Amino acid sequence: MTRRFWTIFLSGLLLTVLTPAIRAEETNNCLTCHQQIEEEDGPAHKFPRDIHYQKGIFCVDCHGGDASLDDMDAVRKVKGYRGAPSHLEVPEFCARCHSDATYMRNHNPSLPTDQLEKYKTSIHGKRLFGEKDTKVANCISCHSVHEIGDAKMPYSSTYPMNIPGTCGKCHADSSYMAPYNIPTDQLDKYTRSVHGKALLVKKDLGAPACNSCHGNHGAAPPGVASLSAVCGNCHALQADLFNASPHEKAFAANNYPMCETCHSNHLIEHPTDSLVGTKPPALCANCHSDDDGTKGFAVAEGSLASIEELVQHRAVADSLLLDAHDKGMMTTDEEFKLREVDQDLIETRTLVHSLDLTKLQPKAQEGLAKADTVKVRSAGLIDEYYYRRKGLGLATLFITIAAIGLYLKIRKLR
Amino acid sequence: MAESTSRSSGAIKRAYRWVDRRFQIQALVDYMSHKVVPVQKFSIWYYFGGITLFLFIVQVVTGILLLMYYRPGADSAYESVRFIVAEVSFGWLIRALHSWSANLMIFAAFIHMFSVYFENAYRKPRELTWLSGIALLALALTFGFSGYLLPWNELSFFATRVGTGMAGAVPFLGKYLLVIMRGGEEVTGATIERFFGLHVAILPALFTVVLSAHLIFIQRQGMSEPLEWKEKPSGEKKYMKFFPHFLMRDLLVWLIVLNILAVLAVFFPDGIGVVHWPLGVKADPFSPPPPVIRPEWYFMFAFQALKFLPAHIFSIEGELVGISVFTIGGLIWAFVPFINRKSRIDEPSKLFMYFGMFVILFIIVMTILGYLL
Repeated sequence: MTRRFWTIFLSGLLLTVLTPAIRAEETNNCLTCHQQIEEEDGPAHKFPRDIHYQKGIFCVDCHGGDASLDDMDAVRKVKGYRGAPSHLEVPEFCARCHSDATYMRNHNPSLPTDQLEKYKTSIHGKRLFGEKDTKVANCISCHSVHEIGDAKMPYSSTYPMNIPGTCGKCHADSSYMAPYNIPTDQLDKYTRSVHGKALLVKKDLGAPACNSCHGNHGAAPPGVASLSAVCGNCHALQADLFNASPHEKAFAANNYPMCETCHSNHLIEHPTDSLVGTKPPALCANCHSDDDGTKGFAVAEGSLASIEELVQHRAVADSLLLDAHDKGMMTTDEEFKLREVDQDLIETRTLVHSLDLTKLQPKAQEGLAKADTVKVRSAGLIDEYYYRRKGLGLATLFITIAAIGLYLKIRKLR
Repeated sequence: MAESTSRSSGAIKRAYRWVDRRFQIQALVDYMSHKVVPVQKFSIWYYFGGITLFLFIVQVVTGILLLMYYRPGADSAYESVRFIVAEVSFGWLIRALHSWSANLMIFAAFIHMFSVYFENAYRKPRELTWLSGIALLALALTFGFSGYLLPWNELSFFATRVGTGMAGAVPFLGKYLLVIMRGGEEVTGATIERFFGLHVAILPALFTVVLSAHLIFIQRQGMSEPLEWKEKPSGEKKYMKFFPHFLMRDLLVWLIVLNILAVLAVFFPDGIGVVHWPLGVKADPFSPPPPVIRPEWYFMFAFQALKFLPAHIFSIEGELVGISVFTIGGLIWAFVPFINRKSRIDEPSKLFMYFGMFVILFIIVMTILGYLL
């Protein structure tokens, strides 16, 4: 009984472990022939690098036919042979497996199975299925074909850092996009934006790429109404403040895109304090004037004044702290306090989105009090530094007098 | 004025007689007043023993003051040193004086040792004085090694890990030695607590005993006379009375050293150049080690020499060969009064002179390379 159990158990284990390897070793005449007749960069040469091949999914699983046959005419006659799909057929072709939750569970249970449904709601899908526009992107336009990589792998076309380039392949090509009459400078703008620099220069994979705002399989431009929700996915606090502010209704009434009105879309630059206020290049004055009947002008002036005051006090505190540090004084506690000032400054700047001085000014005051503490303590450390030197001078003087006295006594003894 | 002075000196004399009647200290004073110190062209080296002693006294005083606020332990050591430096009045000065005097003491001890070596002052009858001096240097180095970890900052943590790791290379006993030193397999809070015990209890007790023996030996035997005085007629030999002449000169040197120490402590409280002890960041055993881990400057020559050795020498582990060579070299150095036969008959030995010069050159070159490479 025990022996039989072990025989079955070990056979099962062996089969589980070796199945992909056995399959890989199975006769695959598709690859054998196609590698002979294709160029070095042909599909058959690329395919061994493909995630499907690596997971044990071979040519016949997609294209049908029989890999044991070595005659193409015979292969074409095999029942279920599908050959290469047309551009229009590709989404359904891939969805045979990728929309089948039961099938996908056996290969990659964490992968969603709603790609086709989402694709149908995208601009790409609508044009492909609705207008039979075969220029729009289908699955292989973004994922490539025969060398599809896991999105977690840096060589994959859907790896976060490669996504701008993948989308830009079409969207930055002005001649390709000419029939659609939409801009083609998104990639250029994105690359220069704060998001693009974070992703492409700092290699911060948490920074948004195209799909973070537009979606991937359901890619479409976010509408005016949904813009703050899209940005708010990451900038949640700013979005909450904005939605509770008077701007929310005013923007909706005038059909202004929410975040984009001040921050633009693809070319979002690192915001500076100069964007707030009433004098150029401040943006508030684009809509508000001192006699427009709203509080906007006063709020803009008040917000900027509070921020600038805090920035100025922080700079003085920082300068004194640096001086104390350079003099060799222990400044660890003051450095921690200055970090709290930095946090208050960030929060004050964020509160600009509330357009409410009763919220912004107390936070700025909190930061000011801490900056002043750092100033006082740093100045105290600098005083201590000079006090130490005076003390040293006095001590040295006494020791030197004692030494001279001793020396004179020694001379006298001689 | 003159009357009050004579009245106070009369009181001192009466007090002295009161003590003398009970403890017979006059015999000791008579002995001290007869003691003499040779006056020669190398007399300056005689003062380095006294300088080392003075710096040790500074160590004891500042160490006791630090002890009032220092709290050993992985969760409290760093915080308490930070508190001493940032919050305690003159805490920064005490720590700076302690660290500077520790480094200067070892430097002075090295000079003292080499001056004794090159003057053959270890020769009969001063063999035990030399041996006790070597023991004191070894204890001082252990003081330095154990004290280095106590602030529990990043540098000290990783340097101690490397240092104790070297002890692990000792044949047969290495593994046990490492566990005993660290209080476990790794440098942890247990290590800091046993290093603390070593630094403030065991070493001071041992040091006091050996130092007392060393000083008693010196007082009993006096300063060694130069070898060339053997042929000199008695009339040509010059001496100075130990009390008060030499003692006052000693005090003058101490005052100068105190002044230098004060200036260094105030201007460079965290040390300077390769001799530095910034508190920096707290030790984190899980953080990657800093790119450069260096031991204290007085261990650098050995550290660098071991780094130069190949992984294996004749199929024996390179580090093991290095440690063995250092052990043998150290034993030769310690027992030189018994090995150098010429010194026993008051004759200079060229072989030992060259050996000493080689040791100095080796230490200097290896130390420089240690900081350059």
